[in-house]
Amino acid sequence: MGADNLDDSLTTQTENSPRELLARSFFFVCAFVSILTTVGIVFVLVTEATTFFSETAGLRGVTGPTVSIVDFLTGTEFSIASEQFGVLPLLSGTLAIVVGAAVIALPLGVATAIYLSEYADPQTRKYLKPALEILAGVPTVIYGYFAVEYITPLLERYLFPDIGFFNALSASIVVGIMIIPMVSSISEDAMSAVPDDLREAGYGMGATKFDVSTGIVVPAAISGIFSSFILAISRAIGETMAVTIAAGASPKLVEFGTVGAGPVSVPYPDPAYFLEPIQTMTSAMVQLLFSDITGGGVAYRSLFGIGITLFVITLIMNVLSDWVASRYQEDYD
Amino acid sequence: MTTEDTTTETVAEESSNDPTNDDMLIQTDVSESVSASGTESTRTIVESRNVNVWYDDDQALQDISMEIPENQVTAMIGPSGCGKSTFLRCINRMNDLIDAARVEGELYLGGKNVYDADVDPVALRRRVGMVFQKPNPFPKSIRENVLYGLKVQGIEVDEDEIVEQSLRRAALWDEVKDRLDESGLELSGGQQQRLCIARAIAPDPEVLLMDEPASALDPIATSQIEDLIDDLAEQYTVVIVTHNMQQAARISDKTAVFLTGGELVEFDDTQKIFENPESDRVEDYITGKFG
Ligand SMILES: Nc1ncnc2c1ncn2[C@@H]1O[C@H](COP(=O)(O)OP(=O)(O)OP(=O)(O)O)[C@@H](O)[C@H]1O
Ligand SMILES: [Mg+2]
Repeated sequence: MGADNLDDSLTTQTENSPRELLARSFFFVCAFVSILTTVGIVFVLVTEATTFFSETAGLRGVTGPTVSIVDFLTGTEFSIASEQFGVLPLLSGTLAIVVGAAVIALPLGVATAIYLSEYADPQTRKYLKPALEILAGVPTVIYGYFAVEYITPLLERYLFPDIGFFNALSASIVVGIMIIPMVSSISEDAMSAVPDDLREAGYGMGATKFDVSTGIVVPAAISGIFSSFILAISRAIGETMAVTIAAGASPKLVEFGTVGAGPVSVPYPDPAYFLEPIQTMTSAMVQLLFSDITGGGVAYRSLFGIGITLFVITLIMNVLSDWVASRYQEDYD
Repeated sequence: MTTEDTTTETVAEESSNDPTNDDMLIQTDVSESVSASGTESTRTIVESRNVNVWYDDDQALQDISMEIPENQVTAMIGPSGCGKSTFLRCINRMNDLIDAARVEGELYLGGKNVYDADVDPVALRRRVGMVFQKPNPFPKSIRENVLYGLKVQGIEVDEDEIVEQSLRRAALWDEVKDRLDESGLELSGGQQQRLCIARAIAPDPEVLLMDEPASALDPIATSQIEDLIDDLAEQYTVVIVTHNMQQAARISDKTAVFLTGGELVEFDDTQKIFENPESDRVEDYITGKFG
């Protein structure tokens, strides 16, 4: 390019050329549609939920029974038949599933990620990682079936002869299996992103593979690993099909025992809870939906009360995930 | 990767071939040799015999044979891509970590071929420290960085003392003494490089490999590092790669000149290399006529 047309070359407006304009509009519309859909869903959830709570139902002109927010959040009984809508038994069920699933999936998922990222040869990794991700694509109804048909009978035969046909344990085991790929895949990505320089620095100091994997790579990838935990837990909270099939439909609040005595007695949740049928928030919603399919009744409206509670919990998890990611992020440049 | 235990077993099994081979891999009965100039007599600690290295099908080093003297500074110079880093990484078997790399030939550390099947690279690297071309501190605190080698080697020490001493020797102490618990990644590039030097010397390796340790440093830090290297050479063997001729001339006792293609063209006393090299190509390179 000659010096004489330098001026020209500096003033051409590529930013507003038709092609750029078209591209920009296209991407904007796509983004707008997906954001609009999300906003719409949240809007429906909130407006429907207002018809359930007595505090807001009046404003919506709802006639018929409602439940106060406090009663809903602190109620220890959930029963459609007797119109008792306390969310705690369902929350307790959801928590049991989450805790059980996390106990299985977090350690196994991280160990799998360490194996894939640090120990497996490239050939093995090439096949193993997609294979694991397929596990995440199995319809969750299959997991529910698997729990009822295989896990519960095995548990009954070898470990807990008194286990219920529907029970929290087998459901949380399958949910755990279901979320392993999520933990391992995201954690593996985070570990693979750790620069090789750091591994070399470790090996150069006379570290073993174990030292390097656990003492350097895992801490360096910790923000990604924590994010994977939170995403996997969110997934477990929202998991519906498998728990609807395997965990039963008996809303039940966990009982507490105590250890110690007097001033140092500490309450702990009774683990026997895992052997009984329970109900989670999600499976209660499924049941409510079918119980009053035409809508309008208090049972139907309570569905949205539970829904918005779940939504808030997941929202908190997401915020937490972002915060963790930024808090522990390391910059390697 | 093999652990120390398995190595010791292997050594025990094979010790019939090599009865002196009880201390993991290296006996300190280093061979006596006379340097090429014949003026001073010194012991060889690292000796390479016909070392060839390939990355896949590309040969990076051709038939390198040299004897690196103990407790001296040996400089490696040569144009970019001639294989200096590759050679350095042969000495502590860092090339094992690169799938594409293949090393042939023999490389002795104190009389033991480090490529023998019974040598544990982990144990080897505990005796041969390394400072890499690019600073690579761990995303851990400055203190943890310095103590890392001691930790993985399970050496119990007075931690505060070692941290201060290592950082002082690496000319970094004054700049970081009030923030030892901050992340090593928060330091500037040159400070990171000095942290890596402190980290490498903290566990007291016998041989220290330094790959352009001063390339990211200002003149003051550079001269401090050069003083450190001088210092270290009293007890340790230092092998240093540098692109800075003056630096090589200033600090080294021996100089190896590599030229493009991975050849070792000349290896001799530093003074001889810089004043009166045998090879014209070396002379051209040193005087800047070589591209
Ligand atoms: N990991 C690797 N994979 C493939 N080839 C490599 C690798 N590392 C080095 N090489 C090749 O080996 C040759 C020697 O590289 P080396 O890094 O040893 O050079 P160097 O002398 O240290 O150069 P510089 O002065 O630029 O650091 C180069 O041609 C390089 O492309
Ligand atoms: Mg190099």
